[in-house]
Amino acid sequence: MRLWSFHGGIEVPGHKEISTTRPVEPAPLPKRLILPLSQHLGAPAEPLVAEGEEVLKGQMIASPAGFVSAPLHASSSGKVVAIGEHPVPHPSGLSAPCITIETDGEERWVEREQRDFRQLEPAEIRETVRQAGIVGLGGAGFPAFIKLNPGRTIKTLILNGAECEPYITSDDMLMRERPEQILRGLLIIRRAVQARRCIIAVEDNKPEAERSLRQALGSMKEDADDIEIVTIPARYPAGGEKQLIRVVTGQEVPSGGLPVQVGVVCHNVSTAVAVYRAVELGEPLISRYVTITGGAVAEPRNLEVLIGTPVEELLQLCGTDPGAVQEVIMGGPMMGISLASLGVPLVKTGNCLLAVGRGEIEHPEVMPCIRCGNCAEACPMSLLPQQMYWHARAKDFDRLREYDLFDCIECGCCAYVCPSNIPLVHYYRFAKSEIRARQEQKRKADIARERHELREQRLAREKAERAARHARKRPGPSDESKKAAIQAALERARAGKQGAAQDDV
Amino acid sequence: MFKKALSSPYIHNPPFSTRGMMFRVILALLPAAAAYAWLFGWGVVVNMLLATGVALLCEAIMLALRGRPLQPAITDGSAILTALLLAFALPPLAPWWLTTIGVAFAIVVAKHLYGGLGFNPFNPAIIGYVVLLVSFPRELTLWLLPAQLAEHTLDPAATLGYVFGATLPSGLTIDALTAATPLDAMKTQLGLGHTTSEIMANHPVFGLVGGKGWIWIDLLLLAGGVWLIYRRVINWHIPVATLGSLFAISSLFFVLDPQHSPSPLFHLFSGAAILGAFFIATDPVTAATSNLGRLWYGAGIGVLIYVIRSWGGFPDGVAFAVLLMNMAAPTIDHYTKPRVYGHDGSGDA
Repeated sequence: MRLWSFHGGIEVPGHKEISTTRPVEPAPLPKRLILPLSQHLGAPAEPLVAEGEEVLKGQMIASPAGFVSAPLHASSSGKVVAIGEHPVPHPSGLSAPCITIETDGEERWVEREQRDFRQLEPAEIRETVRQAGIVGLGGAGFPAFIKLNPGRTIKTLILNGAECEPYITSDDMLMRERPEQILRGLLIIRRAVQARRCIIAVEDNKPEAERSLRQALGSMKEDADDIEIVTIPARYPAGGEKQLIRVVTGQEVPSGGLPVQVGVVCHNVSTAVAVYRAVELGEPLISRYVTITGGAVAEPRNLEVLIGTPVEELLQLCGTDPGAVQEVIMGGPMMGISLASLGVPLVKTGNCLLAVGRGEIEHPEVMPCIRCGNCAEACPMSLLPQQMYWHARAKDFDRLREYDLFDCIECGCCAYVCPSNIPLVHYYRFAKSEIRARQEQKRKADIARERHELREQRLAREKAERAARHARKRPGPSDESKKAAIQAALERARAGKQGAAQDDV
Repeated sequence: MFKKALSSPYIHNPPFSTRGMMFRVILALLPAAAAYAWLFGWGVVVNMLLATGVALLCEAIMLALRGRPLQPAITDGSAILTALLLAFALPPLAPWWLTTIGVAFAIVVAKHLYGGLGFNPFNPAIIGYVVLLVSFPRELTLWLLPAQLAEHTLDPAATLGYVFGATLPSGLTIDALTAATPLDAMKTQLGLGHTTSEIMANHPVFGLVGGKGWIWIDLLLLAGGVWLIYRRVINWHIPVATLGSLFAISSLFFVLDPQHSPSPLFHLFSGAAILGAFFIATDPVTAATSNLGRLWYGAGIGVLIYVIRSWGGFPDGVAFAVLLMNMAAPTIDHYTKPRVYGHDGSGDA
């Protein structure tokens, strides 16, 4: 199959082999599960349970609030002990509403309905996926059912098994160990989006994953046609959705648009497994593969983890020396978020916990930008990071939009190659949030102005109406009536004078 | 709990640091500098050391005046590089004040008054040189004869005596030591109505291609420049475009009128063409930034070098050509923005 390439990108040491030596095992059941109501893009879910309530494993405990939202399920059976603010994995380090469950160790399931996807209509599949709380497990956390409802003809369905970020191996291990489930999920998604051609893209640094997928595909009895397993050159960020679509199809997703506009739908391999489990086994998304790795971890490996398990426990399980930890990152070193506290729970999008050892990550001195252009050569979106940096520094937001700031995918390639160690992506995040805040402010100001203008109009109208009413009641003086009035006044005055004269007497 | 990084990415691995870049350029310059000194004597060494000292002193003073920390700026190598490049352009036997004024202007005005490294729109070394060229044209044309041609050479002590005391050993005059540069001689003689072949044959300063001896300096500069490209410190676009366009335009006129137009090779291997193409025009701070932009930028420099050499008032045009294109760099950048992923070819969103 012909492959294309994308502009820029970087070669990053993978550090992947350290966490792939042990088979994946389920992590032991934690005493407490902390389930944030917002583990997806969109509106936070709304709790369906109250404190003190007993819940079953897989029971929906919060329902989606609106279209772009996802429900939440109890990862194990037990009792709801708290509904309230708890620290969550978020760049800001802030707390957010969570449902905390004290597990009872019995793992009592809700009733699960096992079905054959071939008997389901696409709409039923989508609804099942929605009810199962499945979000994009590659990192973005966009509710998956929306991407199962393309509303257009889909030429190509791509399963993303590139996993281009260093250290992360959860998709790799999933592809090695559960290729049948991935393929089954692929078939379900294919049915939902009504696509024919399917491509599973794997970076060429995962030969075992590829082999295992090929084996599973080879032993598939039906529906195996039009499914292709493609190895793509390992080059960060080949697993970025836009880059992967370019590599596999040669097409580019229009700026600000969606892959469906070029007839492509892209899902992560982990998402495919979650879809399979939801549709055919009746299990909602309550667990995932997680890579626990990094210099401070004695036994780096992958575990199958219940959503809501505290990060601290997972690190302990793999022999992490708390004294040796410099930093814990959820996600990879290129795009992950640094955790402000280890009490946060693992969330649906948490593919990796990277416990960085002391000295493993350097914070080199920042020097002035010398406009060398390395960043522009590395940018996989063909942006001009250096120019964007200058305009972000100057807070010249109009120019930033001219330089297509919002096409930046925050992959970090520019900062990785910057000889002056400038935290470029930080500037872009700042500028983006500033621009969004201003837009919001402007929107509010516009509404306020509109309201004010409407009020002014209303007041003016009311005033005019009042005046008109008055005029009707007391008809305005015409010329004749004026004369009559003057005449009357004169007579009154004359009479008054006479009267006064008489009084004087 | 622990030191928290600002935000992703947390890892970082450029091929080399900004400091590493500067020192690689300096390293690439050194063989040619040694050849320059070997050919023209101790004055070159004195110039370079003096220029470096003055540059670092000015850098330190300006950092202090601007309330900036001395580190990391003082050791980033940029001031030393400016000093060396400027010293490369100065006559081999320059009085101390000439070097000092040029370097001080470069660092104080052209670099720090514009905001320091990365903020200067013009190449500081070139600004320093141009200030000297327009202020002290006589001093800048007193070029020593290369060692092969010189009847007298100065030892280190005599060199220092001239540089700092303006005195020469008895019996020697500055005119006996100096001669016009090849470019200067060519321009003057062409102006007197001689043909290029006559000029090359009758004047001792000319060698096979350009000036006698100069070829070695240029070849070493070329080697240093190629090494920089190979090590990816600089991109090939600017040097290739500069020398390519200079070669093309000089070829055109050479073919049309070989008797009154010096050969393309003469142009490439004379004056500061090679130095400018690899070491000055490639200064990323003042150049165009996209690869396409770099090609236009370099091409502009090459053409301007030829225009100034042929019809301008100065024998060499590299300095003015680079300055003019420095001015054009933002405009070039504006018109050579790459097509962003997901945008159509028309250039705007």
